[in-house]
Amino acid sequence: MPSPATACPGPRSLTDLFFTFNRMALQGFGGVLAIAQRELVERKGWMTREQFVETLAVSQVLPGPNIVNLSLMVGDRHFGLRGAFTALAGMIVVPLVIVLVLAALHAEFAHHPTVAGALRGMGAVAAGLVIATGLKLLGTLRKNPLGVPLGAAFAALMFAGIALLHWPLVWALLGLGAVACALAWSRLAHGRGTRP
Amino acid sequence: MTGLGAADLLGLFGHFLMLSLLAVGGAITTTPEMHRYLVIEHAWMTDTQFTASVAIAQAAPGPNVLFVAVMGWNVAGAMGALATMAGILIPSTALSLWATRWGASRRETRGVRAFTTGMTPLTIGLLLATGWVLAGPAAGRVGAMALVAATVVVSMRTRISPMWAVGAGALVGALGWA
Repeated sequence: MPSPATACPGPRSLTDLFFTFNRMALQGFGGVLAIAQRELVERKGWMTREQFVETLAVSQVLPGPNIVNLSLMVGDRHFGLRGAFTALAGMIVVPLVIVLVLAALHAEFAHHPTVAGALRGMGAVAAGLVIATGLKLLGTLRKNPLGVPLGAAFAALMFAGIALLHWPLVWALLGLGAVACALAWSRLAHGRGTRP
Repeated sequence: MTGLGAADLLGLFGHFLMLSLLAVGGAITTTPEMHRYLVIEHAWMTDTQFTASVAIAQAAPGPNVLFVAVMGWNVAGAMGALATMAGILIPSTALSLWATRWGASRRETRGVRAFTTGMTPLTIGLLLATGWVLAGPAAGRVGAMALVAATVVVSMRTRISPMWAVGAGALVGALGWA
């Protein structure tokens, strides 16, 4: 557990926890992380900015949806397992119902040219958003112990393997991952890594 | 959205159980693998349906991971949504809770640092591959390709909320320009 949250007031109750996460989820179009920072740190004051960043970092290292991991950790910190599952429920239950209603409606109207066109446009934007996120994160390679050329090579190899050659993800991650982590391990040992 | 047999549903659930543990950097990074499994290997949905599933989830509020439920829904209705959502959530939730308690204090040790920094470039490559797969249906459509490019430029250069970009995309598409 990172720094205990004693300095900050926590959620008053499980109900408070549920509805805070619910409100966050319902505001999050195209992702919830930015909203989470505003709600948890600025509006509710449940965690400091530093605690938020720490928690986010851990949630990104762990497999699984980042925001789901973050919800679990925040809930767990205040109310244990009950809190973890309450926060998770707040995050996904209502949005899940909404999205499934949309999916059901879509099956009905999928062949309407306006609906099909709107979804094609949204799909193109969704693709652009993901590509932009990837491009922005390329900048973090400057602080990576692997260094920019090697890091970029691994990124390019992963891109080619998955997007162009359709490698199964598990083998790509285990294979390339083992090599990349071993290289990072040896470079960290020689003190060539830049510490953040 | 035809009835999938129990064996297929179990296979779907099992595949998403595995994807859960591979989703380092977020569920969206496993999209190319979902595409390979659902569209290429099993042909349970078309390319367009696949991208539409992601677009529907983007259009709705909530965590991005909900696109997984929409895919399950499009493959096999409510049971499909249950199979994919439960699959993607159970392993990572268990691991996440366990790891949190095991102690984030070890974050600065050499092993953990080697793991996180080693995986970073792969996560980035995977994100770019994800964008590539999602942009698939735009290929050959001038309007849609321009929309992809414009989105990349706008979100690199400005801090505009993705909500507006998604809305603009819907409008452009509804007008028949994508």
